[in-house]
Amino acid sequence: MTALSLSNVNKSFGKVHVLKDIDLDVDEGEFVVFVGPSGCGKSTLLRVIAGLEDASTGEIRIGGEVVNLTPPSKRGIAMVFQSYALYPHLNVRGNMTLALKQEGQPKPVIEERVAKASRMLNLEPYLDRYPSELSGGQRQRVAIGRAIVREPKLFLFDEPLSNLDAALRMNTRLEIANLHRSLGASMVYVTHDQTEAMTLADKIVVLRDGRVEQIGSPMELYNNPVNQFVAGFLGSPSMNFFPAGLIEDGDNRTMGVRPEDLFLADDGAIMARVSHVENLGGDTNVVAHMGDHQITARLFGQHSIEAGESLRFGFDPARVYHFDQNGMRAPNFQG
Amino acid sequence: MNQARSNPLNIALMHGALVLYTLIALFPVFVILINSFKDRRSIFREPLALPDSESFSTIGYETVMRQGDFFLYFQNSMIVTVGSLFFILLFGAMAAYALSEYRFRGNMLMGLYLALGIMIPIRIGTVAILEMMVATGLVNTLWALILVYTAQGLPLAVFILGEFMRQVSDDLKNAGRIDGLSEYTIFFRLVLPLVRPAMATVAVFNMIPIWNDLWFPLILAPAEETKTLTLGSQVFIGQFVTDWNAVLSALSMAILPVLVLYAIFSRQLIRGITSGAVK
Repeated sequence: MTALSLSNVNKSFGKVHVLKDIDLDVDEGEFVVFVGPSGCGKSTLLRVIAGLEDASTGEIRIGGEVVNLTPPSKRGIAMVFQSYALYPHLNVRGNMTLALKQEGQPKPVIEERVAKASRMLNLEPYLDRYPSELSGGQRQRVAIGRAIVREPKLFLFDEPLSNLDAALRMNTRLEIANLHRSLGASMVYVTHDQTEAMTLADKIVVLRDGRVEQIGSPMELYNNPVNQFVAGFLGSPSMNFFPAGLIEDGDNRTMGVRPEDLFLADDGAIMARVSHVENLGGDTNVVAHMGDHQITARLFGQHSIEAGESLRFGFDPARVYHFDQNGMRAPNFQG
Repeated sequence: MNQARSNPLNIALMHGALVLYTLIALFPVFVILINSFKDRRSIFREPLALPDSESFSTIGYETVMRQGDFFLYFQNSMIVTVGSLFFILLFGAMAAYALSEYRFRGNMLMGLYLALGIMIPIRIGTVAILEMMVATGLVNTLWALILVYTAQGLPLAVFILGEFMRQVSDDLKNAGRIDGLSEYTIFFRLVLPLVRPAMATVAVFNMIPIWNDLWFPLILAPAEETKTLTLGSQVFIGQFVTDWNAVLSALSMAILPVLVLYAIFSRQLIRGITSGAVK
């Protein structure tokens, strides 16, 4: 059964066309991540699903029912916001129970759900505290707890980790992954961070300018991007692009090689001058220039490379991507 | 730490300037207070001297009390001020919320129309207001004053509160919507507490002109039973003879309630800022 299905969803603010013909199905229990640069419409799409904005045209179904005209509270969703959006005048327990009280759930049910959620998120010691007395990570856990107690058909996450520092972000990411596993619920997650997308998603939706560029599992998108945008957006450091003519005369396409597919080779096809080296311990990122084109190579292990050196890089021809002038994927061999 | 703030010389200068300003601002009040406790002769002989055993007299206060209706005037002023503030804050906040939160046709125009009221003094319309009050039979009622002061205070209230409401996090309101709160609950329970400092500012801005106003009470409600304090005190100021003791005593007492109201609102000013809704 599909938890969420969008067909032909469009959204305009006045003359600005923000979402263009979005079609998407989210299966029961699936973790779907919307990813894209800022301003691509991913948050707007989430708000349309939540019912905070109306779709201009198109149909939204949650759990099989058309919900275009249903108010947010009746859609069977719960949302976690970037800024946590906790009610400042209520303590943690109050924040978690408010929606259930509004629904008119009986008291024992409310208590049981709060107990379960706070156990899951280790919030038990904080139930009587106010949001202003909590740290950022604790606040985010309360926001997630507020979503869990509603037992929604669909969880919506709007960049929930953006306000956390790097270490906490990693922890909370693991927590969200565990949560998804233990609840088995359908989740839609918006982020601009491709690492979050790759690590959490069952299915990634790459958006650009309000249009879906590609939908697929993280590895599908990584190994088989349909165009230059998707290829460049996923993977870190991002894929190197340069005119294929630099390697093979007469080829007017763009060539893409992932930094991790480049290796040092004395007879390598790419000759470049090193401009910067990042030693990460486990990896070494080498930033080099091939003429005017900057390329990045991610070498495994530690290398003693100095800026200013000239190096030759090789690559496996099978792991190279070609793109035509419109940025669309082209077959590897011309002919 | 900011160096300019930790330098002792700077601190001394800063406090010196503030203390000087405070003295200048409080001096007239101080003079009124000390003179209200002196007999008539001492007021004129040595206006700046403190009351001593010889010059001390409560004759002014006694006159004011004997004048009988003073407490009624007091009560009228209080009702008018508090009533007007209540309506200004209620309607001003509601209008500001609608203008800042909802997209609708004419939103911009409506905002500009309301802002126009800041630029045009309401007293220009006194004649028309008086005609309206006569037509509706509201002359010589406190409602006449409350309505006029509410109208006078709304434009600035909408303007200031609107700016603050735009800053209230959208996420918070949306979280409320997803949790099934009505728009009214979101407004009263989530948004209003967060703009409390702005409400206190608006209240303080409006309170003093309303309390001190002489113009509208004189025109719209000069009857004995609806006189406000400012109008009531005019009894002691005659064309030829002015009972200074009584005037000064009346004024001294008139300061008190404003002080109390100000204390209430300024407390809100500080408290409202410290809430941990969003990061």
